[in-house]
Amino acid sequence: MADRPLSPHLSVYRMHRYTVLTSITNRFTGVVLSAGLIVLVYWLMAAAGGAKAYARALGVLSSGLFQAIFLLLLAAFSYHLFAGIRHLIWDSGRGLERRQSQRSAWLLGIASLLLFAGLAWWACLHWAIAGAGGPQ
Amino acid sequence: MTKSSGSMSSAAQPRPGRGGEARQGPGNLRSPLGRAIGAGCAKQGVQHWWTQRLSAVALVPLAIWFAVSMLSLPSHDYSTVSAWMAQGWTSVFLILFVLSAAWHSQLGVRVVVEDYVHDSGTKSLALALVTFFHVVVAVAGVFAILKVAFGGAA
Repeated sequence: MADRPLSPHLSVYRMHRYTVLTSITNRFTGVVLSAGLIVLVYWLMAAAGGAKAYARALGVLSSGLFQAIFLLLLAAFSYHLFAGIRHLIWDSGRGLERRQSQRSAWLLGIASLLLFAGLAWWACLHWAIAGAGGPQ
Repeated sequence: MTKSSGSMSSAAQPRPGRGGEARQGPGNLRSPLGRAIGAGCAKQGVQHWWTQRLSAVALVPLAIWFAVSMLSLPSHDYSTVSAWMAQGWTSVFLILFVLSAAWHSQLGVRVVVEDYVHDSGTKSLALALVTFFHVVVAVAGVFAILKVAFGGAA
């Protein structure tokens, strides 16, 4: 197409690493969660298909591959949740100064890591119980 | 300027209302070519921005609720999940979650495509696929929840 710079005009900004990193990670995790909608609908449609169809889908969803996918989705959710809240705070006109935004970038990283650790631990507990033949 | 360029610019006159008049007349800084092409503000950005924020605000409690529910269900077998899904408020919140997630996702992925896909044909095709995908997600999700809620699968 055109021989001129096109959106998102990445080269015209003087960017600090944390702004690039937090912004692109928010985008990336959002796209990951969008892909996760496929899993959500697959699971819901399986439940609508009755006990047999659901049992088949649960076999797929309990596989190691899907446990890894769920961990990825939990990580994406943990980040996108806090990054989104950060954006909502910015939209109210607060926290836009450079020092504040640097601090909230750190907070975002720490909070999302902590949330992910908690959720992942919880999920692994679930899988451990199911794997030990507990309530399937 | 010849007559033909005059008629070109008149074809791209801003619509009346919403301050469109202010951009006509001698104070107009747009070139005749710019006016003829007519590209610029589509006056739809606020809608996108606002509904993205609305769906974000809705998703904060809904997504947390969904994640916590998934992790605190005693098991994920059919009887447990379908009994949980069929409870009145669970069905309602699940439907709200699916709809706001599909809407928020559609708005976000649309911007990603608009930013990174530059070829206009590929972009149109990708945007159409993004729309279809999210409509399917929303319709299938709501259908499935209602089917379980009304016991059609039993």
